Amino acid sequence: MSGPLYGLMAEFEDPTALVEATRRAREEGFTKLDAYSPYPIEALTEALDIHDRKLPAVVLGGGVLGGIAGYALCYWCSVIQYPLNVGGKPFHSVPAFIVPTFETTILFAAFAAVLGMLGLNGLPMPYHPVFNSPRFALASRDRFFLCIEAKDPKFDHDETWAFLTKLSPRVVMDVEE
Amino acid sequence: MADGTPAPAAEKPATPHGAILRPGYSFTTLTDKLASIALSRRTPTVWFVGAAVGFAGTMMLLSTITYLVFKGVGIFGVNVPVGWGFDILNFVWWIGIGHAGTLISAILLLLRQPWRNSINRFAEAMTIFAVSCAGLYPLLHTGRPWLDYWLVPYPNTMGMWPNFRSPLIWDVFAVSTYATVSLLFWYVGMIPDLATLRDRAKKLWAKILYGALAMGWRGSARHWQRYETATLLLAGLATPLVVSVHTVVSFDFAAGIIPGWHATIFPPYFVAGAIYAGFAMVLTLAIPLRKIYGLEDFITMKHLDNMAKILLATSLIVAYGYGVEAFMAYYSGNVYERYMMWNRMNGPYHYMYWALIFCNVIAPQALWFRKFRRNIPALFGMAMIVNVGMWLERYVIIVVSLSRDFLPSSWGMYHGTRFDWSMFLGTIGLFIALLFLFIRVLPMISIFEMRAILPEAKVREEEA
Repeated sequence: MSGPLYGLMAEFEDPTALVEATRRAREEGFTKLDAYSPYPIEALTEALDIHDRKLPAVVLGGGVLGGIAGYALCYWCSVIQYPLNVGGKPFHSVPAFIVPTFETTILFAAFAAVLGMLGLNGLPMPYHPVFNSPRFALASRDRFFLCIEAKDPKFDHDETWAFLTKLSPRVVMDVEE
Repeated sequence: MADGTPAPAAEKPATPHGAILRPGYSFTTLTDKLASIALSRRTPTVWFVGAAVGFAGTMMLLSTITYLVFKGVGIFGVNVPVGWGFDILNFVWWIGIGHAGTLISAILLLLRQPWRNSINRFAEAMTIFAVSCAGLYPLLHTGRPWLDYWLVPYPNTMGMWPNFRSPLIWDVFAVSTYATVSLLFWYVGMIPDLATLRDRAKKLWAKILYGALAMGWRGSARHWQRYETATLLLAGLATPLVVSVHTVVSFDFAAGIIPGWHATIFPPYFVAGAIYAGFAMVLTLAIPLRKIYGLEDFITMKHLDNMAKILLATSLIVAYGYGVEAFMAYYSGNVYERYMMWNRMNGPYHYMYWALIFCNVIAPQALWFRKFRRNIPALFGMAMIVNVGMWLERYVIIVVSLSRDFLPSSWGMYHGTRFDWSMFLGTIGLFIALLFLFIRVLPMISIFEMRAILPEAKVREEEA
């Protein structure tokens, strides 16, 4: 081994084994761990006990901001900056302003959803240690990985290795930083 | 199969009736087959033919645009009284086509319809390309396209701001939002597949390209959780958005007082027409693509059958719209409204109206029959009929209504010039060119969503 250790990674062949292994690892007391799969697995979210409610709040915030911005734009242009009498309609034409307001609400909320998802996930991330494992390329194809990080308080190279081996993975490997 | 050996061709099990995926695929074989379309497989000859047609059309479009900018909108057939011709017609036609992509990717996702997983990606691509074609028309029809930024509210030395009471500025907001959100949705949906391509790529340029686009996606469970949330929220946002876009497009007409435009049925009738036109275009693309790339395992008869049923359902809604238009013209007791309807059926453009009724109301009734829905050439023919029918519908609404309004002394005839036609065919060329580029370099079927519908993707609860 050359560089410092990022963690230990176990490779599994099917989703059930990964979910089971993740559960066992959490029961064992590991906290700094992550599971990698080629498609979203709901049971994995439960097994890792992920309770992240930030994104919906970000999207709501984006939507509210977009709505206010859109309506303010219509109001500011049509009432304050450039009041224009069109067919005797009131300067403050509420029903007409709803359409641009609706569109900016959706636009801002959609940007919040995409940028929020990327931001909270820490993407784009040009470098991540898990890619140092040559087998990890299969995580986007047909293999399932569980990684226990070296900074976990319970982490001990040999004990953790033995623990992961007990979960009957295909292979256990070191991941360098 | 779990160890990744693909089924030999000899023992290839047939796709059972009603299945959305041929049995026998594993994560490995599915990923390799779908990724190889963009990565390693030899490009089919048909691809070069299609791309050449698209390229030629794009060149025609560029020449038309050049001449248009040089000479002005006078090269088109529009004049008094028909001031809106092919430009708005084709704009509405293309925008409508885009709607099916959003419907498949957003509404069917919210309704938990797993069959959408194999058609959503290219349907979304179709949306973006169709909106790109649509957007060209109003921008170029302004006459001075280099001043198009005036459409956007921005502080300027003239001290002028757009009139927010006009449906035309609503259009600017609706269409630009629609294009942006569709692009975001499409890109976000592709990130995990771009990671697959990055990991499978052998050539350096492919590694760099897909690597940059995948943004370091690694399939972490924490990422997937947020990713799923974001996708669901985007679907929830795109659903009202897609309804609003064609509603706003219909306001362009419904807010006017021209007989044949000033109708409250327009928003729902336009939205249904958009979905109808869009599904016809999805079928128009899906049927040749599955053949060229051998994707019958993924886009099965079940998909074609479902889409044919949606086509039938929306054709009935559109037929109801035509009925209501005719009834309201009669029931309003308004002489101009009544004349508008009489003129559509018996006036100088009556052949357009009856062709439209044939294409959109009579012909689709064949889709009631299972035998017809499962006959692929017939279904392709039907999709083409609907594409034409929806174009005729907009022709009847726009041109026929404008050509004879209130004062007989101001009536006039309209016909598209060769530049109208070269622009229209040119955008079809651009659409084809973009589509062929897309299927060559990007995953046209969502790989990770297809993995999720494999039987082996299920977590067996009793063991876990």
